[in-house]
Amino acid sequence: MSHRADRTLDVRSLARVEGEGAMHVRVRGDTVEDVRLDIYEPPRFFEALLRGRRHTEPPDITARICGICPVAYQMSACAAIEDACAVVVDPAVADLRRLLYCGEWIESHTLHIYLLHAPDFLGYPSALDMAKDRRDLVERGLAMKKAGNEIVELLGGRAIHPVNIRVGGFYRTPSPRELVPLRERLRTAVDQALETVRWAAGFDFPDFHHDHELLALVSPGRYAIESGTIATTAGRTFEVQRFEDHIIEEQVPHSTALHARLAGRGRYAVGPSARYALNRQWLSPLALEAADAAGLGADCRNPYRSILVRAVETVYALDEAIRLIDRYEPPARPFVDVPPRQAVGYGATEAPRGILFHRYGIDAEGLITSARIVPPTSQNQASIEDDLRRFVGSRLDLDDERLTWQCEQAIRNYDPCISCSTHFLDLTMERR
Amino acid sequence: MNPHGGGRRVVIGVGNDYRRDDGFGPMVVAALAWRQADDPRLAEVDLRVSDGEPTRLIDLWTGADLAVVVDAVLDDGRHAGDRHELSLDALDQLADGHSASSHGISLGSTVALGQALGRLPRRLVVLAVSGTEFGFGQGLTPPVAAAVPAVVERACELVD
Repeated sequence: MSHRADRTLDVRSLARVEGEGAMHVRVRGDTVEDVRLDIYEPPRFFEALLRGRRHTEPPDITARICGICPVAYQMSACAAIEDACAVVVDPAVADLRRLLYCGEWIESHTLHIYLLHAPDFLGYPSALDMAKDRRDLVERGLAMKKAGNEIVELLGGRAIHPVNIRVGGFYRTPSPRELVPLRERLRTAVDQALETVRWAAGFDFPDFHHDHELLALVSPGRYAIESGTIATTAGRTFEVQRFEDHIIEEQVPHSTALHARLAGRGRYAVGPSARYALNRQWLSPLALEAADAAGLGADCRNPYRSILVRAVETVYALDEAIRLIDRYEPPARPFVDVPPRQAVGYGATEAPRGILFHRYGIDAEGLITSARIVPPTSQNQASIEDDLRRFVGSRLDLDDERLTWQCEQAIRNYDPCISCSTHFLDLTMERR
Repeated sequence: MNPHGGGRRVVIGVGNDYRRDDGFGPMVVAALAWRQADDPRLAEVDLRVSDGEPTRLIDLWTGADLAVVVDAVLDDGRHAGDRHELSLDALDQLADGHSASSHGISLGSTVALGQALGRLPRRLVVLAVSGTEFGFGQGLTPPVAAAVPAVVERACELVD
């Protein structure tokens, strides 16, 4: 244990987050002076790339921002362009999109739970070390993830960067018969997901709570995924078209990253815990029962317990996928035409890590004149920093190695998809 | 019947073609796909692209007799464009800290995970090139682009 007043810790890479970025913590005596999560702005590259392209191209191009959540980018892009062009898709197409999105939630949540987050709670430095001891656990995670992969592969045409998605719908829609084997696989995965909730509920969670305002889509009657209006736990509600009136991105001196804040308020958080707090009542009975049994209350303010929320959302996504398959009737056409018009369109969907906003300006010929993308991880930056500031401040008696490791865990609670928003992550802890 | 036991042969290009030199693997696979109809060595070879996400990579090579993984590795610039060929027992050279993967689990760790799970191909060969630019953007740097034809040819030799 170290009680030195002045000390510096350097960790050159933050493990088990999707991508890389930079983290800096400076402590003087008993005071945490500075906490910075530096995330650069790669969506800006894509925003520039999109200008001058056809209005049909963003779903394919933006899918390349992230290998973990390409469907989220495609769905937000489609929603924004269809909003600009005043097009509404067939309800059966909308259902297929929701089914596809369930596949991505299953993939992403399972990856995070089993390979990235669970090792923290079980005392393993990595999933590899966990697999050597508990191959059965990792195998269960991989089996669940494969169920998600199969949804994305069947509807998207391939498992990564799906190619079957287009504005207005799909290039090809499956026959009900094609979905039968998938349903069987999902049924098995539901049992594995329920077991996952029970397993994760037994973890030892640090006693830590935040008071962030939580923000998510809501879609009364069902758990919000691919559409909805925006709500916060403080009671603010607004339409997706007003996103930029309520969410302000601003430059901060210490970072090349833009920080998002709620206008008139400040930091906020998006992601599974936000969705859960605002949509819990619309979980399926099975998922709700699992949440109750796991001890999740009306909301989850301990970020470490977000692993439980992801596990419950995985149960829901599997359950919902089966429901959608059971009622599936192919649309008359796999897509509706989306003729361009001069307009601005807005779209937001719930990526696994939280709300993902797209806005496109389109001219009369269908060329994109402007684009804006706000990914979830950059919205959570200020909340992650706040967690770290309070977390470090209450644990200064820990030795450097343990404190640094716990800081990494505090960041992993948010499952930051830094691939979406940065390229390099170093963790530097400086004590003076 | 191919000399790899008659089983599946797969070439996996790892990377993201919107991240400069990280697009090397997908570029090689695209070149192989272009040649596949005319080059008998590539007959029935499964050509795939992966972003390097470990479980998908493991799924792609599970059960294969031969997997050739094509990837770019981070270099300090002194050896840009250099080619490397690693077999299974040498893959610790791709441990964390050396991979240019955009994900938290490197290729070396993915191989180790596959090993722990008993999910490795019978033979695994990594063809890598040293790259220098992995930020968002399109197009390989000239030294990395120049390595594409030789790696395509080597992949053809391996699957033959």
